Amino acid sequence: MAAKFNIDQLNKAFESRIRLGIMSVLMVNDQVDFTTMKELLDVTDGNLASHISALEKLEYVLVQKKFIGKKPNTVFEASKLGKAEFKVHLNALEKLLKS
Amino acid sequence: MAQSTFKMLNTEEQLAALKDIQKMMERSSRFLSLNGLSGIFVGLIALAGALAAYLYIGTKAGKLPYFEYAKNANGEMNISFVGFFLIDALSVLFASLLVATWLTLRKAKREGEKVWTASGRRLMFNMAIPLGSGGLFCMIMLFHGYAGMVAPVTLVFYGLALVNASKYTFEHIKFLGLVEIFLGLFAAIFINHGLLFWALGFGVAHMLYGIIAYFTFEKSN
Repeated sequence: MAAKFNIDQLNKAFESRIRLGIMSVLMVNDQVDFTTMKELLDVTDGNLASHISALEKLEYVLVQKKFIGKKPNTVFEASKLGKAEFKVHLNALEKLLKS
Repeated sequence: MAQSTFKMLNTEEQLAALKDIQKMMERSSRFLSLNGLSGIFVGLIALAGALAAYLYIGTKAGKLPYFEYAKNANGEMNISFVGFFLIDALSVLFASLLVATWLTLRKAKREGEKVWTASGRRLMFNMAIPLGSGGLFCMIMLFHGYAGMVAPVTLVFYGLALVNASKYTFEHIKFLGLVEIFLGLFAAIFINHGLLFWALGFGVAHMLYGIIAYFTFEKSN
């Protein structure tokens, strides 16, 4: 029998490279602000915002809008659900490669 | 059939995705612009500083342990002796910081990385706490006349700072930290040879570590 792998475990929400990047960064950092994330991923404001809001809608990422003085400072954090789902996705990726 | 076709098409893509994830996790949490060359140069500077101190002590005739000269016969602080050591140590510190900063900026520029990032700031902050407290502690010991303990204490605190820093930069810097702590403790036991242990820790250990890091981790990339 061929090695089993379950396609269903690959999560469509993480298919774009930017979303993979966002989740990777949030797996190892408790909180990351908008500018840092933008620089790490090397994407535009709009691009980052749209991917973040998609992940926020799924409740994988928590978004907090704060102010430092008068400057708005948006901070991202991975939710428990997001971390769990991302781990499942990673395991599925690894299994796919091994099989 | 359908499954294996899917696999063939996607294996490379998936592999790239996994590599991306790994790289992003590392880049976002660790400061990776430090380099082995810094270790080599910092080691050389420290050896030069230790040599200067050794030659200076040589001018004092007598068989006392080196730190005894920090006090005059009447028990007061020997300002010129302590002053020489302070100037020597601070010159080593500033020259080392200068060279290490320059080499770090150079590497960051070459790799298209920024230096003043969240991970850079985190590394600085977490090194500054043990280093700053160690520095103040040494000043206090000097003030109380325990000049002989300064060399061991700088080694121990610097080692602790490196072990702490290993969470925020290359993990293998932890081993250099452990070596420094170990040498510091020995320097505290064999207190008369503090200068020798200091030269071993800040000079030789830095250079060896720098050479190993340069030729094993950096050349391969």
